[in-house]
Amino acid sequence: MNVAAWLARNSRLLIVLIAIAAVLALFGTSVPIWGGCTAALDRCADVVAIGVFQGMIVALVALGYTLVYGILQLINFANGSVFMLGSVAALLGVEIFGLTSDSPAASVILAFAVILPVTMAITAGLNAGIERVAYRPLRRAPTLATLISAIGMDFILQNVGQIIIGPSPVSLPSLLPNDVILAEPVVIKVSHLFVTGITLPLLLGLMWFVRTTRQGKAMRATAQDREAAGLMGIDVNRTISLTFLLAGALAGGAGVIVALYNGSAWWQYGFSYGLLAFTAAVFGGIGNLLGAAVGGIFLGILISLNAFYVDPRWQEVVVFGILVLVLIFRPTGLFAEKQSERA
Amino acid sequence: MALLELRDVHAFYGNIHALKGVSLTVDRDEIVTLIGSNGAGKSTTLKTISGLLRPRTGEIWFDGDRIDGLRPDEVVARKITQAPEGRRIFPRMSVTENLEMGAFQRRDKGLADDYERVFTLFPRLSERRGQAGGTLSGGEQQMLAIARALMARPALLLLDEPSMGLAPILVEQIFDIVKDINTQGTTVLLVEQNALMALGLASRGYILQTGEIVLADVSERLADNPDVKKAYLGG
Repeated sequence: MNVAAWLARNSRLLIVLIAIAAVLALFGTSVPIWGGCTAALDRCADVVAIGVFQGMIVALVALGYTLVYGILQLINFANGSVFMLGSVAALLGVEIFGLTSDSPAASVILAFAVILPVTMAITAGLNAGIERVAYRPLRRAPTLATLISAIGMDFILQNVGQIIIGPSPVSLPSLLPNDVILAEPVVIKVSHLFVTGITLPLLLGLMWFVRTTRQGKAMRATAQDREAAGLMGIDVNRTISLTFLLAGALAGGAGVIVALYNGSAWWQYGFSYGLLAFTAAVFGGIGNLLGAAVGGIFLGILISLNAFYVDPRWQEVVVFGILVLVLIFRPTGLFAEKQSERA
Repeated sequence: MALLELRDVHAFYGNIHALKGVSLTVDRDEIVTLIGSNGAGKSTTLKTISGLLRPRTGEIWFDGDRIDGLRPDEVVARKITQAPEGRRIFPRMSVTENLEMGAFQRRDKGLADDYERVFTLFPRLSERRGQAGGTLSGGEQQMLAIARALMARPALLLLDEPSMGLAPILVEQIFDIVKDINTQGTTVLLVEQNALMALGLASRGYILQTGEIVLADVSERLADNPDVKKAYLGG
């Protein structure tokens, strides 16, 4: 691509970047993240690495938003709560299997070999059920009606979470060993490997599925032109259900990982992670799978830097701030498809 | 017995009475054309056959079975496919992927032959296999839309205004190809505004006016009909 043309097209983005660079240059080390990272690069690298792992979890949830948006042009606000119920299911699973901090590694692994797929199946079914009950009847209604229905579903699920585990955060026994595997150049622990080992295959698997399989292509076709997809002989309703199944499975998987990684489950996690994931999806260009994954990791890094160098309580401000900036300066996201769609 | 038969089909968009008792037949191996001006209900008729719109009353029969009320994918399963108005190709899928979608319900081994067949019919598409559908020219998109509809190996092909927005020389090319497709054993129901070309290709025609069939005859007689000449043939 022509660099000059790209710069001309993205002049506003450029202005923002220059402004940020100017602020950093002027105030130097008094900007917390900048100061921290210039003072101790190795620690900064650790913080970024932690952010990458968090970001992969966010990416899973973000994919759920972007998949559903792609096919229905609907923000499935219930997605965050489906994720939350995934961690609730993980908590219940831990109780059912009677796992404690002292459980041998083998039994923990065995238990999660059951808990993860079962949870993913449950949340997949739940998400598809939500579509069937709350969105499909409104398929021909104005988008706003479906959106309100989605928000309503979110409230319902939040309350279901509260009914199951109560209003306060519930701790899980610490099941992941805290052993450091790698100290240089960045600290990597067993828990990080666990996150990567589950997240990465799911992310790549989904991309592969959508790009190359028959059903995946049917999903893309339905997303691009629902009526034409029907004329090809694609069962559109089934394809939409499949999309919700996939999104729900990813959200549930992310829920299990978060419960283990953070060591707790709470009905409000749906909102905080949901907001992060939604912002990631918008950041990457909603409807764009790769964009959502990259956006998730980017946000993960950012909130990690924020938590370490600024204050974790600023997280929502940072995330909403980014959401607003993206919506103002680049509403189609960083990876917007530039292809013309002439008739 | 007719391959396709519409019996007194009434269809609505909300409160708008779009089809007011359309009855028509298409026999096996025929090309039949449905002519009418904008808003006469031509595309609506095809949408109703394809299952995108359900008739409120009336019946649609295909090959001895009643097909009104079926979903679009179930209609395709009966070997009726459509190249819809405005082409409606998948813009962010490659030419090959678009064709794959056309063959979505096919699981037989003969698929390779059909790719060969459409690439022979449309050499231009063969050159652009890997290109995204949205980057093709209008004529190429129309070729892709027809090729895609052929991939299901239809018994009946519904073509909705294949000439729309195309240069006359391209229209002729496309009509020649439709003729070829028909000789190779596919029945065609062709919706057109370009009445002259359509009647030249089809054996019979129906004239649709504000949701009603006002005339039905063999093409030669329709082309000679003074009313038709005045309204649709510019003379």
